Amino acid sequence: MADFRITAAGDSALMIELPARVDRATSARVISMADAARRRFGRSIRDAVVGYHTMTVYFDPLALDAGWLEDQMSEIAGEAEISTESSAAAIEVPVCYGGDDFGPDLPAVATAAGLSDEEVVALHTAPDYHVFVVGFVPGFAYMGPVDERLAMPRRSSPRTRVPAGSVAIAAGQTGIYPLETPGGWHLIGRTAVRPFDEGRAQPVLFRPGDRVKFRSIGRDQFGVMGG
Amino acid sequence: MMGALRVLRPGMLTTVQDLGRWGQQHLGVPVAGPMDWYSHRLANAILSNTPDAAALEITLIGPELVSDAEVVCATAGAEFEVVAGDRRIPACEPFVLRAGERLRFGARVRGTRATLAVSGGFATPAVMGSRATSLISRLGPFGGRALKVGDVLPVGMPAAVVRRHGGRPMLTPHGGARLRIVAGPHEARFGEQARSVFEKTRYLVTPDSNRMGYRLDGPRLQHAGGPEVLSDATPIGSVQVPSSGCPILLMADRPTTGGYPRIGTVITADLCIAGQLGPGDWIEFQACSRAAAVEALRRREAALNGTVG
Repeated sequence: MADFRITAAGDSALMIELPARVDRATSARVISMADAARRRFGRSIRDAVVGYHTMTVYFDPLALDAGWLEDQMSEIAGEAEISTESSAAAIEVPVCYGGDDFGPDLPAVATAAGLSDEEVVALHTAPDYHVFVVGFVPGFAYMGPVDERLAMPRRSSPRTRVPAGSVAIAAGQTGIYPLETPGGWHLIGRTAVRPFDEGRAQPVLFRPGDRVKFRSIGRDQFGVMGG
Repeated sequence: MMGALRVLRPGMLTTVQDLGRWGQQHLGVPVAGPMDWYSHRLANAILSNTPDAAALEITLIGPELVSDAEVVCATAGAEFEVVAGDRRIPACEPFVLRAGERLRFGARVRGTRATLAVSGGFATPAVMGSRATSLISRLGPFGGRALKVGDVLPVGMPAAVVRRHGGRPMLTPHGGARLRIVAGPHEARFGEQARSVFEKTRYLVTPDSNRMGYRLDGPRLQHAGGPEVLSDATPIGSVQVPSSGCPILLMADRPTTGGYPRIGTVITADLCIAGQLGPGDWIEFQACSRAAAVEALRRREAALNGTVG
């Protein structure tokens, strides 16, 4: 019995939907489906975008028959291989944690968790995070899972301006703001790593399926490391 | 180098757009592109440009430009009083802007967004494969911002063969429009009552609307489950309903992913109509099948190509 279904998102997009779960196995499956869609359809589709448990194909309904595409996508969903571990090494991100300018929410996160600032940093730097989704703005990677002790809901009132390079957590996830944008996550540090730089050969640093590890650095090392 | 247009007055919100930065949404790169795809393509077709040639999208209050060389231009979409030198310019016909002459957009008659195309297209450098301006991600020509006084817009190489084009202008909405929607993908996240209210309501586009999306004013829609879904792809035309219950119609400069349930998606054939709406205009949503949506798009294409439709 298939555990997926295919839904239309308008007349120009079809979505494969797996059971709604946030886990590496589900994520690895939709990422593998997106790769398969790109291989199979090439330039005859416009985009293949992964969510946590979905993979959406954008197409021109006058160039491709939606019924045919739906059949093809069913095949892809049925065949997708499940590999839970990326073979590539984790991308390391040096972070300067805390401070009123870099990580103004670190003390509040620590208080809510009943931990010290140092313990929060230790918990945040411990895991290899998995990149589930890249979206919102160019290069914003939704990574997780974050240690349950740090699971904070989003701020009740989002900031109108979050500086680029801010390292933040919310709702069991962590991420780095690639641009100065509004944002509702809790800011715990800052990195000189640029998740998005249009002048770079690979403008976007993180891709769905990548592994990422944060490392704590001192203020004196900020900007020298990974800038 | 085929000459250039210089901005004397930028207007309210004038941006360079092509048909969008496709193929990179999985990296979070928004598509952007024109709000009214039909008029963008029509203005280009009139000049024998390729459909994705870069043109200006002009919003509510138009710009004043001066050319340093003779350039053939065309406008489509929202109707403005347009003057080149001292000549009144009709919409949807090629016209010549002579070297040193000013092109001025005056009073707006109808619609919200006009397209100004030039023969050869605007040759601003492509950024990540496209000349579309994404204001939310500050990506594209001029660092992804709207035009300012003094900006210089280089003009590309015109087509070798210029054909007479019989495409028909779209009827620009006046005061509001009925937009056809395909249900979903999250219609199950709304009760029967919310879905019925959604299709019977005359919504108003609020002033807090832009190229990213239109915030709509009307009765609040109740979610059947929670007000959030796990983030997934958000196509143009999606009507998402955040916890406030007030729908937002996602438009050209939408983010690539979102986490709110989406009750329906405006059909491609009507996105160009939606792109002509502005603050204060009304919207009524009308259910439509996917097959009917594709048929409507086929008719729109036929009108654009000047074939029977």
